[in-house]
Amino acid sequence: MTRLLPLALLVVLALLPLGLKDPYLLNALITTGIFTIGAMSLNLLLGYTGQLSLGHIAFFGIGAYVSALTSLGFDVGLPFGLRVTHEGWPPAAGFLLAVLISGLCGYVVGRLSFRVRGAYFVIVTISFAEVVRLVALNWIELTQGPLALTSIPFMTLGLPGLGEMTFKTKIQNYYLVLAVATLSYLLIARLVGSRFGRAMRGLKENEPLALSVGVDATRTLTIAATVSAAMAGAAGSLYAHYIRIIDPDVFLFSYTVTMVIMVVAGGKGTLIGPVIGGLIFGLLPVALRPVMAPEAQWIVYGATLIVILFVMPRGIAPALAALGLPKRAPAAPKPEPARASS
Amino acid sequence: MSADPILRIDHVGVRFGGLVAIADLHFDVAKGEIVSLIGPNGAGKTTAFNVMTGFLKPSQGRVLFKGEDLSRLKPHEISRAGLARTFQRTSVFAADTVFDNVLIGLHRHAEPPLLDRVVPARRRADEARLQARAREILELVGLASRADDLAGSLAYGEQRLVGVALALATEPTMLLLDEPVSGMNASETQVFVRLIRRIRDEGVTILLVEHDMPMVMEVSDRIVCLNYGRLIAEGPPAAIRAHPAVIEAYLGKGGAARELAAEVQG
Repeated sequence: MTRLLPLALLVVLALLPLGLKDPYLLNALITTGIFTIGAMSLNLLLGYTGQLSLGHIAFFGIGAYVSALTSLGFDVGLPFGLRVTHEGWPPAAGFLLAVLISGLCGYVVGRLSFRVRGAYFVIVTISFAEVVRLVALNWIELTQGPLALTSIPFMTLGLPGLGEMTFKTKIQNYYLVLAVATLSYLLIARLVGSRFGRAMRGLKENEPLALSVGVDATRTLTIAATVSAAMAGAAGSLYAHYIRIIDPDVFLFSYTVTMVIMVVAGGKGTLIGPVIGGLIFGLLPVALRPVMAPEAQWIVYGATLIVILFVMPRGIAPALAALGLPKRAPAAPKPEPARASS
Repeated sequence: MSADPILRIDHVGVRFGGLVAIADLHFDVAKGEIVSLIGPNGAGKTTAFNVMTGFLKPSQGRVLFKGEDLSRLKPHEISRAGLARTFQRTSVFAADTVFDNVLIGLHRHAEPPLLDRVVPARRRADEARLQARAREILELVGLASRADDLAGSLAYGEQRLVGVALALATEPTMLLLDEPVSGMNASETQVFVRLIRRIRDEGVTILLVEHDMPMVMEVSDRIVCLNYGRLIAEGPPAAIRAHPAVIEAYLGKGGAARELAAEVQG
C-alpha cells in the first residue's frame, strides 16, 4: 500500500501528458505540481514535527525572487555608497541559489523561534512572510515592486552528454516539475525513515520522553525547518521560471493557507497525503471554473475540506491506509516506511 | 559515604517561590549500587529526579555525575552523558508500536559514519543492526511478544516496561526509575525485581523512587529517605525499617503509630 500507491500515481502522472493535449489542463497540472512540492515541504514541518509554519509561502517566494534575480541580473545601490551589480547567470544556478538561500532563511527562522515553539513559531513565520512581502513590494530598485519582475528566462539545464536543454514548452516543464516533485518525495521518505525521522516523531509525540532519550529538540526542529524551507525555495524557483513573471503577490497569505489545506486534507504526517491533497485542491479550480467565479470557489474549498475532515478526521491518506488493514483499535497505525524495509 | 560515587547530589535545594520542594539534599550513589529514594507523597522525590535529569534547575547546589556538573546541561545532553530516566506517569510514544518506540530510543545508537548513511547497502545493514538491538532490548525487558502492538494500548505495567526499554536503548551507565512498579501486581513486581538486578549485573547503577516498601526492601542495597524535602535517614534496608524518623514520617507520631509500626515489623 505505502509503496504501491505512490508508484502507481507516478506512472499515471508520467503517462498523463501523452493523452492530454489541452494546454489549459497541462498548465493547471504544472502549477498544481509546484504547489504540491510546497505542500510536501510544509508537511515535513507540520506533519512530522507538529510545528505549523503559517508563513511558509515566504520560503517559496524567496526562492522565486532569488532564482529570478540571479538569472535576470540586477544593479542596486546600498547604504554607504555601495553598489552591487550582478550580471545574469544561468537559471540552473538561480535554482541552486534559491534552494540555498531559502534553506538559510528556514534555518534562521527555526533557530530564532524553536526555543519557544508552538504558537510563537506560528507568529514568527507569519511575521517573517509579511516582512519579506513588504521588502519585495518596496525595494523597487531590486524587485521592481508591484511592477513585477518580467521576462524571467526559461529554466535551462546543461546536461553532460546531452547538451543544453531549455524548458520552454508546457510538456517540458511538466516533466521538470514531476522530476523535482519525485526527488522531494524520495528525500522526505528517506528523512522520515531514518534515525533523524525517528527523533522528529518522538519529539512530536511526547517531548519530555524524547528529551529523556537524548533527542536534541532545537537541533532536530531546526534541521527540519531548513530542509522544509529549501524545498519550498526549489518550488518557488520552478514557479518563477515557468510563469516568468513574479510580483509581491507570491507572498500572499492565501497561498500558505492553500498549502495547509492540501496537507491537512491529504493527511499530515504521511508521505502521500500532501500529494493527494495537492492534486485535489490544485485541480479543483479546473473543475469549478466553468461553474463559478474564483471568489466563490473558496467557499467550495472550505466545504470540501470540512467534508473530508468530517468523514476522515486524519485526512485521506490515513483513511486509505486503514482500508488496507484488518480492523483493529480505533486509531489504526499508519504503516511506517521505516518498517516496510524490514 | 561511598568511595567511588557515580552520582553525587551535592547540597541541592529547589524552591518554587516560597515553597521549599527540596532543602539541602545531599547523598551519593556508588557505582553498581541499587539505591532507593523513599519518602511520603510530596517529600520531593520526583523533584529530585527532575533536577538530576535536567528538567528542573536547582536553586542551590549541584548534581555531579561521574564528576561532571549536570546543572548546566539540558535533558538530552544528560541522557547522552549516560544518565537515563523513566517517568512516574506512564510515558510512551503511544501512537507507535512497542518496537518503534525502542527504535526511537535507539536513534543515536552506534551512530554510523556518513558513508554508511548514504550507501544503500550499508544503510540497510545499519538499520538491520538497530532492529536487532531493539529486539534484544525487548527480549530483556520481556516485551518481545508485544513488539507489534501500539504502546498506548498496553496495560500500565507493560507501559512501564516500555519506559525501561526506552531508557535502556540509550545505553545508560546509570538508570533512574520513577515508581516503576506502581500499577503492577505482585508477580509482575517480582519479575521486575529480577529485571532490575539483571540490569545492575550488566553494570548499570540504579536509583529508584518507589512506594512499594516490600519491593524496595528486597531490591535495595541502600535506602535514602526524604521528608518535606529533607534527608531524614540513609542506610541499608534493615536500618531504615527500624529508623524512628522513617517510621514517624510514614505513620506519624504517637503511641498508636508506634504500635502499628511494631506490628508491621513483626
